[in-house]
Amino acid sequence: MSTVADRTAAVTLEQRPDASVLRLAGDWHLGGAAADTAGVLAGLRSLPRGDTVRVEAGDLGAWDSALVSFLLQAADAIRAQECELDLGGVPEGLAKLLELALAVPEKRDARRADVTPPFVERVGRATVRLHDEIQGFVGFFGEIGEALGRFVTGRARYRKSDLGLIMQQVGVDALGVVALINFLVGLILAFVGAAQLRQFGAAVYVADLVGIAMVRDMAAIMTAIVMAGRSGAAFAASLGTMQSNQEIDALRTTGISPMDYLVLPRVIALFLMMPLLTLYADVLGVLGGALVGILMLDLSPTLYFQQTFDAVGLDHLFGGLFKGTVYGGLVAIAGCWRGMLSGRTAAAVGQATTSAVVTGILLIISAAGLFAVLFYALGL
Amino acid sequence: MPSASDPITVRNLTMGFGSFVLMRDLDFSIRAGEVFVIMGGSGCGKSTLLRHFLGLQEPLAGEIEFYGENFTGAAEDDRTRMLRRTGVLFQTGALWSSMTLAENVAVALQEFTDLSPTDIRDVASLKLALVGLRGFEDYYPSEISGGMQKRAGLARAMALDPDILFFDEPSAGLDPVSSTLLDRLILQLRDSLGATIVIVTHELDSIFTIGTDSIFLDVETRTMIARGNPRELRDHSEIPAVRRFLHRGRDGNEGAD
Repeated sequence: MSTVADRTAAVTLEQRPDASVLRLAGDWHLGGAAADTAGVLAGLRSLPRGDTVRVEAGDLGAWDSALVSFLLQAADAIRAQECELDLGGVPEGLAKLLELALAVPEKRDARRADVTPPFVERVGRATVRLHDEIQGFVGFFGEIGEALGRFVTGRARYRKSDLGLIMQQVGVDALGVVALINFLVGLILAFVGAAQLRQFGAAVYVADLVGIAMVRDMAAIMTAIVMAGRSGAAFAASLGTMQSNQEIDALRTTGISPMDYLVLPRVIALFLMMPLLTLYADVLGVLGGALVGILMLDLSPTLYFQQTFDAVGLDHLFGGLFKGTVYGGLVAIAGCWRGMLSGRTAAAVGQATTSAVVTGILLIISAAGLFAVLFYALGL
Repeated sequence: MPSASDPITVRNLTMGFGSFVLMRDLDFSIRAGEVFVIMGGSGCGKSTLLRHFLGLQEPLAGEIEFYGENFTGAAEDDRTRMLRRTGVLFQTGALWSSMTLAENVAVALQEFTDLSPTDIRDVASLKLALVGLRGFEDYYPSEISGGMQKRAGLARAMALDPDILFFDEPSAGLDPVSSTLLDRLILQLRDSLGATIVIVTHELDSIFTIGTDSIFLDVETRTMIARGNPRELRDHSEIPAVRRFLHRGRDGNEGAD
């Protein structure tokens, strides 16, 4: 460590008859007081062509990257003017560092231009991207159709143990969270209904409200959203990781279709489990409503459940199960699609997982809207 | 001269992505029983060439033939049939992580042979024993070391007794002892199975120990600039880029090291 107090960094450019001299002085530290480097660089850029620039560092004290960085810029400016740079007068370590930095000429076009394209171009690109995405999704849908065809005719290659394991993961392991969410949704619906219906002395109709809302729509939607966050994300993450680990390449080169081996069991598992989970969610939702009906509205349990059974028809039940099954298929396809498309880096797997959940929920809600119109038009 | 019996023939192959050309005019054939090294600096397209052999990427132009049969233009089923004569050891091992080592080796046997489950289990054990992993049948890939994963990947690649074995950077990420052992294993397998071996690597020790033929892909000119036995290329090649590569960055005039 130097015990001498820091001297201010300084740099001057002197014109002499034989050469220009770049005189360095003082202590150069990153973050320390800066010399007038901008002025000197401007001076260097206006040098006459073919001149020689000698660097003198007689009064130079301590230095670090601050000085090297400045000299590198100076060297570039000098080179641009086709002048000679004479480093004879600088400390040896500094000269070596500069030589190292200047050894490989800057690669042309290597610097990335950071330009934001105009608005119209961005809209155009986004539209093309959306078109490609939709095309890709429809294509993936078709491939799954083909794979299902092979599955039905018994020609699909997959492991039955995989199918069983995935069914357990998406079905049995999800019972807890599906129960909790649907119980609470039933409870919330009952609260909302109770506040309104009590004004008319029609509190018992809370049972109708909760029963029909859960069985027709809410149980299927809520369960599907849980599946999108749970299983859709898991599918995308596991397939994405397999992609980055070359496991999917290994399957392809072995002559096994990843569609059959990896995607099919996942889609089938969710497709089979969703109606069961929806039915289970129906029951839990009604129980959540019943809790409010019995404790808050003082209805007897018998009355509440009788009212529910009278209100909810089989058409509601099967409509709800059908919707749930479709949502499950969509979630599984979105998850697998994003996973198979995933890039090979850790960030890409994260992106695939995120967009699997977003795509899944988007598809669920779109389908729910479509079903609402369709079922209304069909008078169901 | 290329002949119909050569395991692999590459004709005027151009590789790239879209309008970007990575390598062009690759034209060579690999003779049976060789340990063929594809070498070159990082990013020159060695692994990409391997992906073309495996049908994981399509060439911009040119074609690849296996035993005189066109692979590039073939239908999916024919490609699968041709690839069944090959085995691949991927850079990361790429073992299927949800399966045990025995199951990894067994997959191809289950798919493409009529063996009974007991026989499959026996063959899988044998392949694992060949790579020194006897007793590890029921381990999962995550439970064993990187070197063991590589060897298990090799056992899987050999499951169907392939005629051509591809290796993508076999010694990447291995310590010197493991990578020497792997090299020795590759040679022993070549001798006992009679397979043709294609290796993508830039590991000089491996190249000189096991390579019997090679091509050098040059990143500057974007094509192959040397062909032949790597030891002869080291000692006699006149091409500066090849000399530099094979002499670890020195120009190779200061004699052997």
